[in-house]
Amino acid sequence: MCGIAGILKLHGGSPGPQMLRDMVGTLAHRGPDATGVVCSGATGLAHSRLSIIDLEGGRQPMSIADGRLWITFNGEIFNYIELRKELIQKGHTFSTRSDTEVILHLYQEEGEECVNRLNGQWAFAIWDAEKQKLFLSRDRLGVRPLFYTSTGDSFLFASEIKALLAHPDVESALDLQGLDQIFTFWFTLAPRTAFKNIQQLPPAHSLVVQNGEIRTHRYWSLDYSPEEVTSGTREKQLSEELLNLLLDATRIRLRSDVPVGAYLSGGLDSTVITALTHMLVGNRLRTFSVSFEDREFDEGAYQRQASRFLNTQHSDVPCSYQDIAQIFPEVIRHTEQPILRTAPAPFFLLSKLVRESGFKVVLTGEGADEMLGGYDIFKEAKIREFWGRNASSQWRPLLLKRLYPYMDGIQRQSPAYLKNFFRVSEQDLASPFFSHLPRWELTAKLKMMLSDAAQSELRHQNALTELESELPSWFKSMGSFSKAEYLEAMYLLPGYILSSQGDRMAMANSVEGRYPFLDFRVVEFAAKLPSSLKMKVLNQKYLLKKAAGGMIPSSILHRHKQPYRAPDGKSFFHSPNDYVDDLLSSERIERDGVFDVGSVNALVAKFKLGRATSVKDNMALVGVLSTQLLIQQFINNHSKGSSQCQLRQTCAAS
Amino acid sequence: MSIAADVRSFVINNFLLGRGEVLNDDDSFLEQGIIDSTGILELVAHLEETYGIEITEAELIPDNLDSVNRIAAYLNRKLSPRTSTTTTATTIACPA
Repeated sequence: MCGIAGILKLHGGSPGPQMLRDMVGTLAHRGPDATGVVCSGATGLAHSRLSIIDLEGGRQPMSIADGRLWITFNGEIFNYIELRKELIQKGHTFSTRSDTEVILHLYQEEGEECVNRLNGQWAFAIWDAEKQKLFLSRDRLGVRPLFYTSTGDSFLFASEIKALLAHPDVESALDLQGLDQIFTFWFTLAPRTAFKNIQQLPPAHSLVVQNGEIRTHRYWSLDYSPEEVTSGTREKQLSEELLNLLLDATRIRLRSDVPVGAYLSGGLDSTVITALTHMLVGNRLRTFSVSFEDREFDEGAYQRQASRFLNTQHSDVPCSYQDIAQIFPEVIRHTEQPILRTAPAPFFLLSKLVRESGFKVVLTGEGADEMLGGYDIFKEAKIREFWGRNASSQWRPLLLKRLYPYMDGIQRQSPAYLKNFFRVSEQDLASPFFSHLPRWELTAKLKMMLSDAAQSELRHQNALTELESELPSWFKSMGSFSKAEYLEAMYLLPGYILSSQGDRMAMANSVEGRYPFLDFRVVEFAAKLPSSLKMKVLNQKYLLKKAAGGMIPSSILHRHKQPYRAPDGKSFFHSPNDYVDDLLSSERIERDGVFDVGSVNALVAKFKLGRATSVKDNMALVGVLSTQLLIQQFINNHSKGSSQCQLRQTCAAS
Repeated sequence: MSIAADVRSFVINNFLLGRGEVLNDDDSFLEQGIIDSTGILELVAHLEETYGIEITEAELIPDNLDSVNRIAAYLNRKLSPRTSTTTTATTIACPA
């Protein structure tokens, strides 16, 4: 796991190695073990390395064919051993044992199509000197990040935005339209990012720069075509198939020349992965978790049960309100986008614990909720649909109270209000975004925090229309459950879960996450499962529970799903924090220009009085503060220019 | 301060964070997205504390609570001695 960066000169000339060193120097946290820079004609590639496979031979950038093909690669190709054997049979000779070299030979053999053969998590760039072609690719689900931009004479790419901003010709400015999307969905719609003129390569896409032209194409898409009905025999067959696939996905994710640990949250998914790993490796596994000071969020009891049952050597790191406030600026330096919950912060503490315990690689349970019917939003949509079929029912909405036992605001509602909050009118039922309307419309209310100038810039923007316009033509004919799954798996997963809570928090402490549930074979299998086996009536992840029965403690198998949450806005007012007071002060808000001074003051006053308890208030506070931190760290303190002018000039929606 | 003025001020300060220019007395809090599920409870707590009343679950409906004018009308009904059985207060001190 590593950081990559590179420059391609579009109109002649060669990039300077110092510029590449400056860019990759900002990515030292992703790859503290070695740095490499290579310039070859119009291109320069850079790499910062976290050594995991072939510790001696895997140095990068790497070349084959007498320097005609060069690669800089971040990630892992888990099926590299099988691919290597196949390539050797075809006459390829290898000088290392690394997965990196396998990609180069496979590219030599199959060209751009080579990515279809890879099972892994990657972002890489290959320079094909013969064809004068730069080929970039990102894995199917967007586990690894890849950003790019163009200046007048160069195309630049990197694992993180900060490496692009290190180039003197790249301007640093907030993209208001990106902010508008985050203040609706929690993520930007790729290729858009929170920074103006900086793009991200969407998951499952390749990008080619050749003859001064840039083209991108999607090389993989997920086919949601669930089986209609199922018999008891078929159900048993599918559960065995799922287990075998997960076992193999875990097996190849244990390929590493350094020890592999696992996150163990106390929930179903990470316990299943830990159990599978336990079955595969003889040694006592090392597991890691976060425990919360506030019992409302803590899952320590379940973590201890799972650890005892699977005989792991477990460590946990406590997380307090003060911890969240203290590390939050560092968290935002790594998310590189505004966030609306503090949930990434505990992940930062967790990866720090892993690293301090001497581990570089962890397996995690991410992806099961999206692929196998785990999220409450799926259940919520199912209940709303059920209610919508008999909208006058007084008891159907009561199911919503059972769904959110931990939310006081829901528990104390009358059916009349639940109906309005959960949107079950005929018009709502017909919306392509039916499942997500309550979440997105609530989130979009945060835009009232924006300054008049920012609101005016955004007056013609409509994030929902922007999303609708890019959905595939077949989206409308999907079943409602599949639609909700698609929106979570194709958008929230890469846009927020795998980035802000995943790659960025793990790599901040030089730790690589591996995700068996996101093996593309598991994902493709899951997309064809009948939705009734993912959620049987209201029983979430039914088939996974069936497959995992006996492997994990029954208390975890049958526990009520607790979504992962962390304390939000309250963290910042629990004890005095100078940076919070400064960034939310009237002067600062006025100067940065993105938010309305009166609104921010009123929100802060509400928090200080302890009266800000709603989801909306909490998201607003975290959203404003993280945006202010982003401006402070990437725009105001950016060494290349006078911030305020720049922001005011370039903080535009177009 | 009239009931309507008090409610408007509470909604503007608490939910609109001072941006009252967008609020008319007949605007639906739900349609405008002014109040979320927790917000309703904050509103109820404010009304109960300020006016010394108890709002029952049966009364927790948009017809009573979904705009400044509806709340004012509901409170007038609730506080009127002829129809109210839940309060004996005859004069109500509104907050400054």
